[in-house]
Amino acid sequence: MEIVMSFVIGFLFMAAVYLMLSKSLLRIIIGTGLLSHGAHLLILTMGGLDGSAPPIVSYGVTDYADPLPQALILTAIVISFGVTAFFLVVAYRSYQELETDNMNLMRGTEEND
Amino acid sequence: MINLLLFPILLPFFFAMILMLFPKRRYLQRVGALIALLTTLIASSFLLIKVKSDGIQAITLGSWPAPFGISMVSDMLSVLLVLSSTLIAIIVVWYSFTSIDKERESFFYYPAILFMLTGVNGAFTTGDIFNMFVFFEVLLMSSYLLIVLGGEKVQLRESIKYILVNVISSALFVVTVAYLYSVIGTLNMADIAVKIAQVNQPGIITVIAVLFLMVFGLKGAIFPLYFWLPSSYAAPPIPVLALFGALLTKVGVYAIMRTYTLFFTLDQSFTHELLMILSILTIISGSIGALAYFDVKKIIIYNIIIAVGVILFGASQMNTAALMGSVFYLIHDILIKGALFLLIGVIIAITGTSNLRKMGGLIKTYPMLGWTYLIAAFGLAGIPPLSGFIGKLLIVQGGFEEGNLWGSILILGSSLVVLLSVIRIFIYAFWGTPVEITPISKKHYHGLFLPALVLVGISVVYGIGSEWLVPYMEDAATTMLNPSHYIKAVLGGA
Repeated sequence: MEIVMSFVIGFLFMAAVYLMLSKSLLRIIIGTGLLSHGAHLLILTMGGLDGSAPPIVSYGVTDYADPLPQALILTAIVISFGVTAFFLVVAYRSYQELETDNMNLMRGTEEND
Repeated sequence: MINLLLFPILLPFFFAMILMLFPKRRYLQRVGALIALLTTLIASSFLLIKVKSDGIQAITLGSWPAPFGISMVSDMLSVLLVLSSTLIAIIVVWYSFTSIDKERESFFYYPAILFMLTGVNGAFTTGDIFNMFVFFEVLLMSSYLLIVLGGEKVQLRESIKYILVNVISSALFVVTVAYLYSVIGTLNMADIAVKIAQVNQPGIITVIAVLFLMVFGLKGAIFPLYFWLPSSYAAPPIPVLALFGALLTKVGVYAIMRTYTLFFTLDQSFTHELLMILSILTIISGSIGALAYFDVKKIIIYNIIIAVGVILFGASQMNTAALMGSVFYLIHDILIKGALFLLIGVIIAITGTSNLRKMGGLIKTYPMLGWTYLIAAFGLAGIPPLSGFIGKLLIVQGGFEEGNLWGSILILGSSLVVLLSVIRIFIYAFWGTPVEITPISKKHYHGLFLPALVLVGISVVYGIGSEWLVPYMEDAATTMLNPSHYIKAVLGGA
């Protein structure tokens, strides 16, 4: 199972890098979304994917699922959700101001805004 | 009193939440921000005294036993950084009263600064590697707001790049923590140090060390990863630039110092060698940038990169002298970079441009500003009684002790480049024939100049009084060299 997940994560990272290298701002933002998905899946996989153990600890149970990866993933998802939302707003606003979403045209120097 | 170390994180956080309720009441915002920062300063001063007298303070939240709950740890290094960050924030807020326009002030400018201080103090204090990620996000989120606030074209363009770089580095941070967790099985930093020592640092841990270097290097602007910094930092207004330049890169530097002295201590011939080479390359590339530009903002921004290189060179040497020097230089750089950014802010406000070629002759009209700038410039370069000297001296001494002659000589050489780059500003802006400037009112000028003067004054005192500070720095260096102190404070006697 871990092997399959590794391929999925690798594919997500590949797609994310491809998208982030493109010129269109929207594609870049989608790329960051995929990148964070890849990272989150990686946390889940790193905790071990043995699906048989119960999630609850009570007295006498010695074999239980690791509760930490879910807690980490939840935190990371919330954070990346917030950042993506903010990123989309900034992208829209700068599309209005700069009248382009092409990263090549956003290079700009001090004299040439 | 054991909760004392949480106050520098919680106080700005609560005040920021309260200030968010009435964004349009500008005077209340100002007063609230000042009260928040002053109480934070008092709390962190008490914490400093406590850490000095009683040793490392640690608390594990929710009364869980140590490796399971989230630990907050305050050792000498972190409390010194918390104190100086709060100090810089106070000065910057004071400067903002005059410098920042009404629109920004009534759109959550002060709450954003307070939230950023929450994140910075939290990242300095936390003893849990995932919690450090969370505090990084707290400070990054508020820095996104600060960099884009105002919505000028430059700001929008640069903040997109800034956000993108930081989103990528955050994703890498999560990936690195996941790898570390899968190998070590814990997130508590003291516990990680114990477990890494137990497994004797196999190759995968060295890979994780390099990944951490990349993640924190992106934030701290080390050699191949500093490319985003100069243009992004030049976009927001001066007080924000001062805050970013003084604090944000230092958080990355602190994180590298912490992880490389606490976790990855067993394969130093690879990890610390790599850190040293990268820091030397950082100094060289920063020096090139600092001499290349005629824009005052860019010159000082490239000086941030040089300073990061110098501090990390000290950290990579792993002996008492060099680590003490690093801590000295870290605090010095927070103070002096803040002061220099505020001073060039005054220059830009007076001349209306950041281009050196369009300035000249300010010494005739603003002599006090000129001499203050000169003192700050000498302090940055490390002319003896001033603050940069003792840190650089100790770093170079540590470098010689480890036998890294060329690196140490290069650091000495870089001081000359630093001096040249900042003196160029002095020569172009203050000497020469006066150019036409539109005069700004006395009140406006004093509002900008006084905070900068106070900060330069503090940095001079820091330099002259370094003799009294040595015990504090020694304490910080000892903890970094002996992770067992840190581990014992968090995990108890075990």
